[in-house]
Amino acid sequence: MKLAPQDNVAVALRALRAGETIACDGAALTVARDIALGHKLAARSIAKGEAIVKYNCPIGSATCAIAPGEYVHTHNVESNYLPTYTLPE
Amino acid sequence: MNTATAVTMRGYPRADGRKGIRNVLVVAYLVECAHHVAREIAGKYRDRDVHLIGFPGCYPNEYALTMMQRLCTHPNVGAALLVSLGCEGFNKRELSRAIEATGRPVATIGIQDAGGTRKTIADGQAWVEATLPRLAEQPTVPMGVAELVVGTVCGGSDATSGLTANPAMGVAFDLLVEAGAATIFEETGELIGMENLMAARAARPELGPALKDSVSKAARYYATLGYASFAPGNADGGLTTIEEKSLGAYAKSGQSKIDGIVKPGIAPPAKGLYLLDVVPDGEVRFGFPNINDNAEIAELIACGSHVILFSTGRGSVVGSAISPVIKVCANPDTYQRMRDDMDVDAGRILEGRATLAEVGREIFDLIARVGNGEATRSEALGHREFILTYKSFGPLGPACLPV
Repeated sequence: MKLAPQDNVAVALRALRAGETIACDGAALTVARDIALGHKLAARSIAKGEAIVKYNCPIGSATCAIAPGEYVHTHNVESNYLPTYTLPE
Repeated sequence: MNTATAVTMRGYPRADGRKGIRNVLVVAYLVECAHHVAREIAGKYRDRDVHLIGFPGCYPNEYALTMMQRLCTHPNVGAALLVSLGCEGFNKRELSRAIEATGRPVATIGIQDAGGTRKTIADGQAWVEATLPRLAEQPTVPMGVAELVVGTVCGGSDATSGLTANPAMGVAFDLLVEAGAATIFEETGELIGMENLMAARAARPELGPALKDSVSKAARYYATLGYASFAPGNADGGLTTIEEKSLGAYAKSGQSKIDGIVKPGIAPPAKGLYLLDVVPDGEVRFGFPNINDNAEIAELIACGSHVILFSTGRGSVVGSAISPVIKVCANPDTYQRMRDDMDVDAGRILEGRATLAEVGREIFDLIARVGNGEATRSEALGHREFILTYKSFGPLGPACLPV
């Protein structure tokens, strides 16, 4: 679901499977890969450098072009304030 | 219980006019070298309200002294035993005088003077044995929700925290403010990106810029340290950036106007909603502003919080010394795995089994029951975490508090 109409990302309210097609705000989105509960997917195509908007708030910028239905996370978004630290694999 | 304000609890009256919802005897070590002895003294009474707190550093720190004074004279505290090694820099005499001035039983024992570990443990336990019956005899008086100070914190956040538990706690905060209570949210490092929204909620025009300044101070501080207030588990849970984490964290503050800014150890001067600025002032010193969730909880308690609302998505288990912690679980899967540790199942909102308003009301009602003596899950499980480290703060700015 989208938390606000202006958002360009949607939030998974349940675990989503790759290839699944879901209805989101009147549009059909095909899920590019498995997405866990609470994680985000692109609700429309997002250009490199564009702000990621969730609940009508900018939460970072796209580091590459993101297609609709694609998983949106640390691999394609960066903070506009401070880098995100994750444990090495 | 028709309206929020009609809720009556029972409280322990204190000399400064405040009331406590618990009557804790704190055993406080004044340097790490006295930690073991203090823990041994308190450990014998783990089923009673005898809690261990302390400061590990040997070198004096104004912030640590203020924190210990506020904690030892907190309304939930009835008596204090100070355990000193003997040669540390902590100003034990000033701390003892501050506690004594409130009429609370207080004693200081020095390990070097008493003759070592065994003798100090015996002396300390003798004092606790003599003091507990005095605390048990203290009468309670009726206490209203308007006399409460409630703090909120999130820990082990994931992407569900901002959808369920945090906004539900925000609803509870709105109910508390409406009922005349004082409420405190924090922490400025997790409000990065929210500064403009927050400034728009300032109760007075001059407070808006002060709110923004507190967040930019946090952004500068964390930038110097190289990390945001963001743990790897936050990203595993679907949070991508500090702004996204902030967006969820900010929801804890509810919808009320913001009445002021406080710093650790400063109690809100009136009812309403206050931001606790936890990031030190001046140049970066002493490391991370808050090394873990319990450091923030201790600061909220030092500001007078009787109860702490703690939201978690990944699943935190901590409680605290002095004030009960109410655990609100955001993620329905986590709740299923860790339900023994959770007081409120806010993941029901995500599953469509409850509304935000219902869970907010449930949290509000639970606060009143905890104020009447009901044990929270973390209390029943014996969680009494506590941590205090070095920091430095300047005075509050002129715009911070209502006049």
